Amino acid sequence: MHKHLWFIGALLLVASFDLMLAAMTGVKASERQKSMGARASTVRSLGLTDLSLWTEARYTRNPTQTDFFSPFQDLPGGMEHFPAGAIIAVPAHLYPSTETERP
Amino acid sequence: MNLLKRRKLLEFALGALWRRKGRNGALAAVFVLVVSMLFSVLLIVDSLKTEAVNLLLHSPDVVVQRVWAGRHDLVSASYAERIAREPGVASAVPRLWGYYYDAFTESNFTIMHPLETEEPTRQLEGRLPAASDECALGLGVARLRKAALGDELSLIDANAVGQTFKVVGIFREDSQLLTNDLILFTREAVAAFFAFPEGMATDIAVRLHNPVEANALAKKTVRIFPDTRPITLSEMRRTYDAVFNWRSGMLLAALLGAVLAFVVMAWDKATGLSAEEKREIGILKAIGWDTSDILEMKFWEGFSISAFSLFVGFGLSLLHVFHLESFLLGPILRGWSVLFPPLDVTPDPDYLAVAQVAFIVCVPYIAATVIPSWKAAKADPDEAIRG
Repeated sequence: MHKHLWFIGALLLVASFDLMLAAMTGVKASERQKSMGARASTVRSLGLTDLSLWTEARYTRNPTQTDFFSPFQDLPGGMEHFPAGAIIAVPAHLYPSTETERP
Repeated sequence: MNLLKRRKLLEFALGALWRRKGRNGALAAVFVLVVSMLFSVLLIVDSLKTEAVNLLLHSPDVVVQRVWAGRHDLVSASYAERIAREPGVASAVPRLWGYYYDAFTESNFTIMHPLETEEPTRQLEGRLPAASDECALGLGVARLRKAALGDELSLIDANAVGQTFKVVGIFREDSQLLTNDLILFTREAVAAFFAFPEGMATDIAVRLHNPVEANALAKKTVRIFPDTRPITLSEMRRTYDAVFNWRSGMLLAALLGAVLAFVVMAWDKATGLSAEEKREIGILKAIGWDTSDILEMKFWEGFSISAFSLFVGFGLSLLHVFHLESFLLGPILRGWSVLFPPLDVTPDPDYLAVAQVAFIVCVPYIAATVIPSWKAAKADPDEAIRG
């Protein structure tokens, strides 16, 4: 039996499937790019600064606008406890910056 | 001649794999799972980051907050008037917005108003609210509260008084990543709903004629108003660059879990061959196979499983992330959010990163297959056959 032909055939079949999926993904990407202008208009119109991803807490809903206090405000000595807090790294504006003097 | 020899060795390797099809099938299945999980995390993270960074290009150039005792506090609208007089400032708009906890659905909404200095959004079915008793909803809110155009939405304001708003607009599905939890009122309605003190705002959205001057304006704002914290657009974008940073806990945990599972699997192979495999190698040596031929045969064994699993895993991850909206990863990313948009992102796969991960995953596995075989191939064939 020519097992190597079966194997190469199966590999090519899966590779073709991957290429087809990649092509479909590319088509989807260009379709979504067409609506980028509309989505950009929403961002400008509403002055949005964050994606509407995690609505658990205010520091996860608007990570670009949060302060140090918010994650730990719920109870005395309480650690930050929302699951999305484990995904979000500390926002850039809360790091000391040499670009802008902060109080 | 060389090609014929390669084919024959590959044929023999595939035969050896087929003889232990149960074990190798299970190994391939685990490999596929690990690879597809790694690639899925990589693909969704890259795409979300790109989506955020591309969209937030259109955010205000600077957002000015007021900080009191280390906490975000309301800012006077007079600050906006002063900032607007600075050279290079196109507009400085006090924004009124806040969060609303809906006890009925146990979810959090964001209530805000459109900026008067900007053109209206093009993603709304219906229209923006024009009167104080009108609202426009994000699709997530509309679905959660089962509100359609023309319906009424009841909310409790800051004075614990029930307010009713007519739904005049609902955002379209393709805007959910931005607007899923939003409720839009007019500016006056937001002020009344949250009982904002007269002349106060949540923050100030600043647009510049030349966005490059954002840092300069931020420094100047702090000098004029030392109790403010300006947040520039570059800082907002860097936040989303870092949101899915590999240092972030959950992403690291997901990747580490997958990598550890893979290391355990490779270690199991590397710790030694089974008695049957050693006997096989001994027989091959006894009938005249070179050590190099045995190693090449083992290489094809490792390559066959890893290459096939890699292709299958990658295809599954593409399908899962970009065509099935990451239905497996979604619950992990969702956390405790009641409102969470479908992860319908603009695909932006970083194929270089995918190739790097593929290399990191395949090479150690192939090495873990070949190296123990080298030791067995060096052993005395007679000892290997007798066990």
